Amino acid sequence: SSHPPAPAPGGRSTHDGSSMEKVLVAMQDPDMGMKMRNQRLLITVIPHAMTGHDIITWLIQKYHICEEEALHLGEMLVKYGYIYPLKEPRCLVLRPDESPYRFQTPYFWTSTRWPASELDYAIYLAKKNIRKQGELVEYEKERYSLLHKRINHTWDFVVMQAREQLRASKQRRKADRIVLECQEQAYWLINRPPPGVQNMLDWGLERVCLFVCVCVYHVSLHPQQIETSRRALGRNRVKSSICLEGYWPLTAAFCCTNTINLCVCVRVLLCQYQNHDPIMQGCLPSNPWISDDIAYWTMNSEIVPVPTRLRVERWSFSFMELLSDAMGRREFMTYLEKEFSAENLHFWQECEEIRHGESSKIIEKVEDVYKNFLAPGAARWVNIDSKTMDKTLEGIKRPHRFVMDDAQMHIYFLMKKDSYPRYLKSDLYKNMLAKAVVPQETKKSVFPFMRRQRHSSPSPAQAGAPAAEEDGRAGTNSAAGSHF
Amino acid sequence: VQVNPVKSQPTTSPLIPEMATQEVQLNETLAHLKTESETLKTKLEEERAKLHDVELHQVAEKVEALGQFVMKTRRTLKGHGNKVLCMDWCKDKRRIVSSSQDGKVIVWDAFTTNKEHAVTMPCTWVMACAYAPSGCAVACGGLDNKCSVYPLSLDKNENLAAKKKSVAMHTNYLSACSFTNSDMQILTSSGDGTCALWDVESGQLLQSFHGHAADVLCLDLAPSETGNTFVSGGCDKKANVWDMRSGQCIQSFETHESDINSVRYYPSGDAFASGSDDATCRLYDLRADREVAIYSKESIIFGVSSVDFSLSGRLLFGGYNDYTINVWDVLKGTRVSILFGHENRVSTLRVSPDGTAFCTGSWDHTLRIWA
Repeated sequence: SSHPPAPAPGGRSTHDGSSMEKVLVAMQDPDMGMKMRNQRLLITVIPHAMTGHDIITWLIQKYHICEEEALHLGEMLVKYGYIYPLKEPRCLVLRPDESPYRFQTPYFWTSTRWPASELDYAIYLAKKNIRKQGELVEYEKERYSLLHKRINHTWDFVVMQAREQLRASKQRRKADRIVLECQEQAYWLINRPPPGVQNMLDWGLERVCLFVCVCVYHVSLHPQQIETSRRALGRNRVKSSICLEGYWPLTAAFCCTNTINLCVCVRVLLCQYQNHDPIMQGCLPSNPWISDDIAYWTMNSEIVPVPTRLRVERWSFSFMELLSDAMGRREFMTYLEKEFSAENLHFWQECEEIRHGESSKIIEKVEDVYKNFLAPGAARWVNIDSKTMDKTLEGIKRPHRFVMDDAQMHIYFLMKKDSYPRYLKSDLYKNMLAKAVVPQETKKSVFPFMRRQRHSSPSPAQAGAPAAEEDGRAGTNSAAGSHF
Repeated sequence: VQVNPVKSQPTTSPLIPEMATQEVQLNETLAHLKTESETLKTKLEEERAKLHDVELHQVAEKVEALGQFVMKTRRTLKGHGNKVLCMDWCKDKRRIVSSSQDGKVIVWDAFTTNKEHAVTMPCTWVMACAYAPSGCAVACGGLDNKCSVYPLSLDKNENLAAKKKSVAMHTNYLSACSFTNSDMQILTSSGDGTCALWDVESGQLLQSFHGHAADVLCLDLAPSETGNTFVSGGCDKKANVWDMRSGQCIQSFETHESDINSVRYYPSGDAFASGSDDATCRLYDLRADREVAIYSKESIIFGVSSVDFSLSGRLLFGGYNDYTINVWDVLKGTRVSILFGHENRVSTLRVSPDGTAFCTGSWDHTLRIWA
C-alpha cells in the first residue's frame, strides 16, 4: 500500500516522539543549543539554519559520543522529520558536511499531526500541481490520480483549498515561502513515503489497552495486588552488599564474607570465570563463527573421549553446572558409585523425568520411583528425613507432576552439600582435570581472504543422518543444502 | 392479550434505584481497594530501601575494567519476506528458528546459512517461536492466539504443517513462548494479560498466571536449582516472578516507565534484566528484592526490544528500536560498545547456548550472527 495503515481503534501506539523532542529542545536551547546562521539558497537568505556538520559536532559534544553514533542519532532525527534539509529536500538524509538543515516546526511533528488524512494529502499534491506544472514526480502523479478517483466528490473543495493556500503563501516573503514549502514537503515525505522508502510511521502491532475500563479486572486485580504486596512485605530480604558481591557465579562461599573488599582469590577466580565467556575472551582453538572452523564444537560435544580443561573447570563453579553437563553427571555418578551413594543421583534423575515428562506417564513413573527408592526394603533406598518421607508417601496416593519435589530437593541438597564438595577434592576429579586438553589456538590463515569450507552438521531432528560437506566459499545459500 | 415489546434501556441510567446504590457501593469498594494497594506498595518500597546499603557499581569498583573487543556481523541470514519478529537457538549451538510478520517460520543452520525447514503459519505476525530442547520440534504462534508445535522432519516431501499440534489457546495474541526443561511442556505469554503452562502431549492447561494488568510481552524461565519459577514483563510496566506450581506471583517489580519488552535471567538465576520502551535496561536482584542497576545513556532515546546476557553474565546485550545494539558492562553500569548494521528495528536478540555468538532479528527482514 502507498501509505501507512491507521492504528487499530482503541489500540495504543508504542511510539511517542517525546524522547526525540527532548533532544530537539536541547538543540534549540538559547544558551547550550546549536549556533544557527543564515543560509543562502541561490538569491534568498534563509534564517536559523545549521549545517549537517554542526549538528553532528553538537551531538558529539552534548552526549559524549563518537562521530558514528552522532551521525546515526542525527539521522534518526531527520528520518522522523524533526530536522529537514534545505538543499535536496526530497532526500531525508543527514550529510556530515556543509549541507543546510532547519528544525521542523512543531505543527508538523509526527507526534502532533498524525495520522495525516487523504484530504490533506490531496490538497498538498494539488498545490504542487497548480504551482508548477510538472513539479509532481511520477509516484506523486499516480497517487494524485488515484485520490482524484477515490475522493472525487470533494474534488472541488480540494482545488479550492489548494488555490486559497497558494494565494495566501504568495503574500509571504520569499524566504518564508521557501521554508514553508520545505517544511510541508518533509512532512509529506514521512507521512506518505515514496515507494521503496522505509515507512517511519510503522509502529508495529498495536498493543491492547490497559484494562482500565473493565471494572471486573479492577475488582479482581487490586485484591491480588494487595495480597502480593502483603506477602512481599513479609519476605526475607538480603542486604544489597551481600547480594551484589555474589555477582559472579562462584558465589556462595564468597557471599558470606560480609565485606565489600574483594579478596585477591575472588578476583583471580572472577578472571577465570570470564575466561569462560567466548564473546569476551575468545575461545580455544577458535570461535567457529569467526574462523569457520568447527573444532571448538567438536571438542566440546556432549560426549568426548577427553574433555577440555575449561569444561572440567566449570564443573567446580556450581553443582548445577556439574549436573547440566552430561559428562560431568556421568563422572559424578562414577564417584558416587565408589561411595555407595549412587542411588541419590539415580533418584534425582528419575524425579526430573516425572517433573518434565509426559503427563500420561506420571502415575507409572511415580510408582516405579516408589518401588525402587522409597518403599521399605527398596533396592536403592534413599535416605530422606521422616517428615519429608511422610509427606511424599501421602502425596503418592494421588500422584501428580510435583509430588516428588520435596524429596527430590532434599536429596539434591544432600548431594550438593556433602558428595559434591568431596568429589571436587577427589582424585577422580583431579585426574580428570589433569588430563583434560587445552586446545592450541588456531593459527590465523596465511591467506585471510580464503574462507574455510563451512561444514554442515547432522540435524538433531534426525540423529544419525550423514553429514554433508558444503562449500560455503561463495557465502550464499548453497542449493545443495536447502530443502526447498 | 397484547404483549408490549420491552424497550431496551440505556445502561447509563439505571431503571431501579437498587442498581444505582450497587454502582455507588462498587465505586467505593474500588476506591478503598486502590488506596490500600497504593499504601502497601509505598510501604514495600520503604522496606526494600532499608536494606539497600550499597550500589552495584560501587561494589564493582574493585573489578577490572573491560578491554576493547571487536564484534562484527559474521553471518547474515536472508530469506524472510517481512519483519523478523522472534528467534531462538537450538541446543546444538548453530541452528536457529526464526519467525516473521509474513507468517513464515524458518529453521536455519546459521553456521552455513542454509535453510533447513520452513513452515507457513495460517496467520501473520508470528511474534513467538521457540526451539524444543531435543532439537526435534519448534513451537510458534502470534495473531492466531495459539501456540502450535511442529515436529521437524527431514523428509523433503513432507509438509510440516500436516503434523502440527495445537497446544496453547489464549484470547489474544501470543507474545512469547518457551519450552521448559523438556519437549513436554510449554510456557506462553499473551496480549490477553496472562501467562500459561501447557502439556504438549494433551494440549491441557496445567497452570495459568494472572496478575498483569495489560498485555504480557515476554517471559524467561529461571535457571535455578529448583527450576520452578519464571519471570514475565508486560505493558503494565511490571516484571513479575511466578511460582510455576502454584500459579502465584511471588515477586513483583515496577520501576520501568513504559512497556517491558524483554526479560532475561542472569546466569546464576539470582537476578534478571529487563528492556523497556523507556529506553533503559534494568537489573533486578531477587534476594535483595529490588532494582539494583539501570543501564541508560542520554544519547539512547529509543526503546529496547530485546536483551540477553553473555555466558558469564558480565555483558548485557540490548537490541534497540533505533536499529542498534548496545553492549553494557553489567557490573559497572557503563556502555561498552554500540553496534551498527541493521537497517531497521532490532526486534529480537539471543546469545547462543555456548556463548560464542549472539543472533539478532530485525524489521529489515534479516537475521545477523555477531561474534
